[in-house]
Amino acid sequence: MFELSREHEEFRRSVRDFAEAEIAPHSEAWDRDHHFPVDVVQQMGKLGLFGLTAPEEYGGADGDFTGLCVAIEEIGRVDQSMGVTLEAGVGLGINPILTFGTDEQKQTWLPDLVSGQRLAGFGLTEPGSGSDAGATRTKAVLVDGEWVVDGAKQFITNSGSDITSCVTVTARTGQSADGKAEISTIVVPSGTPGFTVEPAYRKLGWHASDTHPLTFEDVHVPEGNLLGERGRGLAQFLATLDDGRVAIAALAVGCIQACLDLSVKYSLERTTFGVPIGRKQGVAFQISDLAVMAETARLLTYKAAAIKDAGRSVQEFKQAAAIAKLYSTESAVTATRIATQVFGGYGFMEEYPVARLYRDAKVLEIGEGTSEVQRMLIARGLGLPVE
Amino acid sequence: MNIVVCVKYVPDATGDRRFNDADHTVDRVGVDGLLSELDEYAVEEALKIVEASDGSEGEVTVLTVGPEQAADAIRKSLQMGAHKGVHVLDDAIHGSDAAATSLLLAEAIKKVGAESAWDLVICGMASTDGSMSVVPAMLAERLGVAQVTFGSEISVTGDMVSIRRDGDTATETVEASTPLVLSVTDQSNEPRYPSFKGIMAAKKKPVETWSLADLGVPAEQVGLAAAWTKVDASAARPPREAGTIVTDEGDGAARLVEFLAGQKFI
Repeated sequence: MFELSREHEEFRRSVRDFAEAEIAPHSEAWDRDHHFPVDVVQQMGKLGLFGLTAPEEYGGADGDFTGLCVAIEEIGRVDQSMGVTLEAGVGLGINPILTFGTDEQKQTWLPDLVSGQRLAGFGLTEPGSGSDAGATRTKAVLVDGEWVVDGAKQFITNSGSDITSCVTVTARTGQSADGKAEISTIVVPSGTPGFTVEPAYRKLGWHASDTHPLTFEDVHVPEGNLLGERGRGLAQFLATLDDGRVAIAALAVGCIQACLDLSVKYSLERTTFGVPIGRKQGVAFQISDLAVMAETARLLTYKAAAIKDAGRSVQEFKQAAAIAKLYSTESAVTATRIATQVFGGYGFMEEYPVARLYRDAKVLEIGEGTSEVQRMLIARGLGLPVE
Repeated sequence: MNIVVCVKYVPDATGDRRFNDADHTVDRVGVDGLLSELDEYAVEEALKIVEASDGSEGEVTVLTVGPEQAADAIRKSLQMGAHKGVHVLDDAIHGSDAAATSLLLAEAIKKVGAESAWDLVICGMASTDGSMSVVPAMLAERLGVAQVTFGSEISVTGDMVSIRRDGDTATETVEASTPLVLSVTDQSNEPRYPSFKGIMAAKKKPVETWSLADLGVPAEQVGLAAAWTKVDASAARPPREAGTIVTDEGDGAARLVEFLAGQKFI
């Protein structure tokens, strides 16, 4: 039988207690006001959530990936915006610096990020390049020992909050021998002249998550801000993408579980024609489907996490990550549709969390690799010559 | 500063709670239980005091008297950051009242003190199941030390402890010197949530289990038979009855007044 360790379950309880006491009471207001709650993000930091997988020398817990997925699931169960703030804070903020940074870069940036007192963003997506990350147009030129960055990024999470310390951006730094763009990653500290955080987006969901377009005009940073190897920027990024897929799958599991919990509760309380709506097969059977989705998505997600934690082959992890991401996120969208249906007219009202979940779920099928990309990866994993 | 925190394992208030049919004691075995939420404040206060006073110097020992599952209350306290645990466990303890509990706690605290002297004993203001609030006072009496109960703000300077007590009509600040038994309210602090690091660290922390024999307490001084009071009967509270619906037929206000007056609400 597959189950999480006692410690992981106790940690789940702790994060759930935190989420229900410190986040849930405010989620509706944050969503309505598009408010990014810096203080609560820092409280999540004090609970050690951002440092779960980081080494102890930077203040982390040296824990496993499974533990991080538990945290993302439980935070996401009450607030998807806070869930993705954690997911991106670790996967896109901390991990690239942790994996590819020099000792000096790690000492400079990691302690504050690991303690969750500051955040970092990762600028990959551009107006003209999302899934096709190789088409990056932002460029960086080395002039007199400094990188000069010009270009624009979009949809960058945690990039413009009051506690954002830096954004790691991918940029063309030249051309390789075969004519392909040479892509490198460079750390740009917040507040560097010419680095502008544009006003936040008007998004369908994730209203409390900090997401901005960024522009870079003649931005000078020290040569030492190159992260990892020159020309390996894209490869480096791709190497961390599989983790992100599983983390988003965990966020989707939290979303499905929320739909299930809310629907069960509501269908026992809400009466029509004198009986709770849970007595109606039309309602009850849909909720049964939610339970199947929650269970299946959770199994796939934690199986993928367990494969990573066990250090099994990259190939095996890639396939498991893509399958978990595809199934969990598409199920989350279906689950929010079912939950809003169970709630009937109230499901269309913003004071009921299912309405927010309905808006929040859609992006899960898009971020960290669209469903189409996942299907492509899975097909390739099966040996099919899909384009 | 070395601190002993007394904690209780109680039935989860959000789940079903009931009495045993046989002896009318609280059923602690067949229901989900947890560290009493009011005791989390005691653990947090102890951790704060030790952390503020050179950290490495002091230790927080968490002590519980209870059935096997009560180990979970110790575990949670260790996960929050307490250093070691003591579990007083013996079949003969079942059904003990506050007086017997305070005896067991006092003897266990003396045994802890024999290994390394303690400065403070901290308790929660009450348990969330029994809600008696008498154990801290009984404990201080048995230990022969001063007691200050219902502390809402605690500060420690050397061996002097300053405690703010909020009453219904006045607030007083009391000073006491260690050794001291202190109980703290739910206003005293914000208990921390166990972190993953704390949960993993707790696995390696020492927990001792002591029996009545280890404490030198005769079995006849504790348990149901030794209790000062006896519950003769218990019954679940009957489900709430449906309210009266006053249908407004033009005279709604008058009939509401009539109803409220009839119930002596107005």
